Amino acid sequence: MTAVSQLAGRSTAVGYLTVESERLLDPAAYAPGTVLEPGEPLVSGEVVLDEFVAARTAWSAVVRAGDVLTIVDVGANQSGDCLIYSAENTAERYSVPDTIVGNGNVYLDTGSVLYSTEGRPLATVVGNEIARQDTIGGACSKESNTLRYGHHTFAEHGCRESFLSEASRYGLGVRDLTSNINWFMNVPVEPDGSLGIVDGMSAPGKRVAIRAERDVLVLVSNCPQMNNPCNDFNPTPLRMVVTRPGGAA
Amino acid sequence: MPVAITADEHETDTVYAARADARAQGAKVAEAMPYLPASSSPFVPAGVDPETLVWAETVAAGGYTHKAVARGTRLRLEDVSGEACAHLLVYNALEPWERINVADTQKIPWQAYLGAGHPLLSGDGRVLATIVSDDSGHHDAFCGTSTLERNLRRYGAGTADSAAPAGRELFTLAAAKHGLAPRDLAPSVSFFKGVQVQPDGALEWRGAAGAGAAVELVAELPLIVLIANVPHPIDPRPEYVSGLLRVHAWRSRPTAPDDPVWTVSPERTRAYLNTADYAGARGL
Repeated sequence: MTAVSQLAGRSTAVGYLTVESERLLDPAAYAPGTVLEPGEPLVSGEVVLDEFVAARTAWSAVVRAGDVLTIVDVGANQSGDCLIYSAENTAERYSVPDTIVGNGNVYLDTGSVLYSTEGRPLATVVGNEIARQDTIGGACSKESNTLRYGHHTFAEHGCRESFLSEASRYGLGVRDLTSNINWFMNVPVEPDGSLGIVDGMSAPGKRVAIRAERDVLVLVSNCPQMNNPCNDFNPTPLRMVVTRPGGAA
Repeated sequence: MPVAITADEHETDTVYAARADARAQGAKVAEAMPYLPASSSPFVPAGVDPETLVWAETVAAGGYTHKAVARGTRLRLEDVSGEACAHLLVYNALEPWERINVADTQKIPWQAYLGAGHPLLSGDGRVLATIVSDDSGHHDAFCGTSTLERNLRRYGAGTADSAAPAGRELFTLAAAKHGLAPRDLAPSVSFFKGVQVQPDGALEWRGAAGAGAAVELVAELPLIVLIANVPHPIDPRPEYVSGLLRVHAWRSRPTAPDDPVWTVSPERTRAYLNTADYAGARGL
C-alpha cells in the first residue's frame, strides 16, 4: 500500500508561479479578445492554498479531508483534466464508471459524489457554475492525437504527458493513470451514441468546487490541446484555491 | 456449483486411499469448467475447425476466467441463458501497462456504444482488440463493473468467495494470476447487458438481447484477457442474477488493410497503422 506521505514526491502543494503572475494574467499573452477573471473561492474559509496553473502545465496538491478545492476557469473554456487518489493508498483512485453508476448520470454537477475504484467517496462537488461537467472524454495524449488529428501532431504535448510528469513526483507511473474528469469541458452524447468534444459552455471566472471526503492527492493537467475546442483553441490559466470551512476567512 | 460430496463417501485414511480417492474424481463433469484440449469442447462454435481452438470454457454465473492469447486470436463470448454479463479487461501481454482505455475507446471512434466493428483502444493509440461480430447489441462502456462496497449494499455480500461476487473482486484475482495488481484494473467494458444515455446524462437500463447472443473479438496484439461474469452494476433486479458464459477462442488473423474496419474512418485507419507499426517493430 502506497501512501502519499511515504512517497518521494511532495506531500504539500508546490506552486507553479515561476511564470510571473502579471504575465500569466496579461490578456495580451493569449488569443485576441481573451478576458481573464481570477474569481474567488466558491466556499469561504481559511485559505490554505491559492495558486495559478499556467496554461499547458500540470499541478498537484494533497487536499485534506473537509477542505474545499475551488477551480476557477480564469480565461473561459479551459479544460482542467483531473485525477484524484486516496492519499493513504494511491491504489484506490478516482473511478469514472463508479462515479457514473453512483450518481446515475454521465455528467457531474453540484451534489455529484466522486467515487473511488472501491466505490467509496473521495470528494463531493459542492459548487458548480456550468452544466454538464465532463467525465467521459478522457485525456489527450501524444499517441491518441495521432489517431484523432494525424501523425503530424505527434510532437505536441498532451494531458497524459502532464499527468505522467506530475504523477512521477509521487512515485506514480503509467499504471496509475486512469480515466479522468475534465472540468469545464463539454462532451454531449447524441441519441445514436455519437459523442465528442464540442464548444464549451463556460465563461471567464466560472468555477467548480469539490470537498475532499478523505485526504486526497489531486493531479490536474491544464490541457494543452490545440486541435479541438476543449480549450477554445486558446489555452489559459486555471486558479486553484483550497479553503478550510470554519477556519479564519 | 460443485457437486456436494459428504465425507463418508470418501476413503482417505491412508496416502494410497487418498490418492485413489482423488484420482477417482478426475472424470467428473461440471456445468462450468474448461475443456482440454480445447478441441474437445462439447460446444464448438459453428464453422470453427476444432483443431484451431486454443480456449474452450464455460464460466460459472458469478465466476471469472483469464488467459494470455496470441495476436490474431479470435475470441467468442456467448450468453448461454440471457443472464450472463461478460465484464472484460484486455492488456498488451508484452507491456501490460498498456491496457484498454474506455475513454479513448468511445472518443476516438466518436461512438459511445459498442457493436460490430468497434475497436477496443489502449491509451497508447493502438487497437488491442476489434469487435468483429455482434448479434446482441446490448453492451456497455459507461458503468464498469461492480465493487465489494456496492454488492454489500445491494446483495449483502460481495467477496469473491461469497454468493454475490463483485466484478472488481474477481478481476483482482484474475489480474493477480498474471502478476497484475489492483492499480492495473482500469475501467472495464461489459457485454450482453445494455445501457443508454439520455439527453440529460441519465442512464437507461436496456437489459439483455436474450439467450444465445454472442460477440466475437479479434486480438490485434498479444493480449492478457480478464473476464468477470457478474451482474451489471445497474441491473435493477434486487436479486443477484447471473448465468453461464461460454468462451471459445481460436487461431485467426489480426485486422489487415483489406478488412473493411481498417478504412471505416481515418481515426481507425491510423489506429490500425499504429498497431501494425508496433507489431512490426516487435517482430510479431
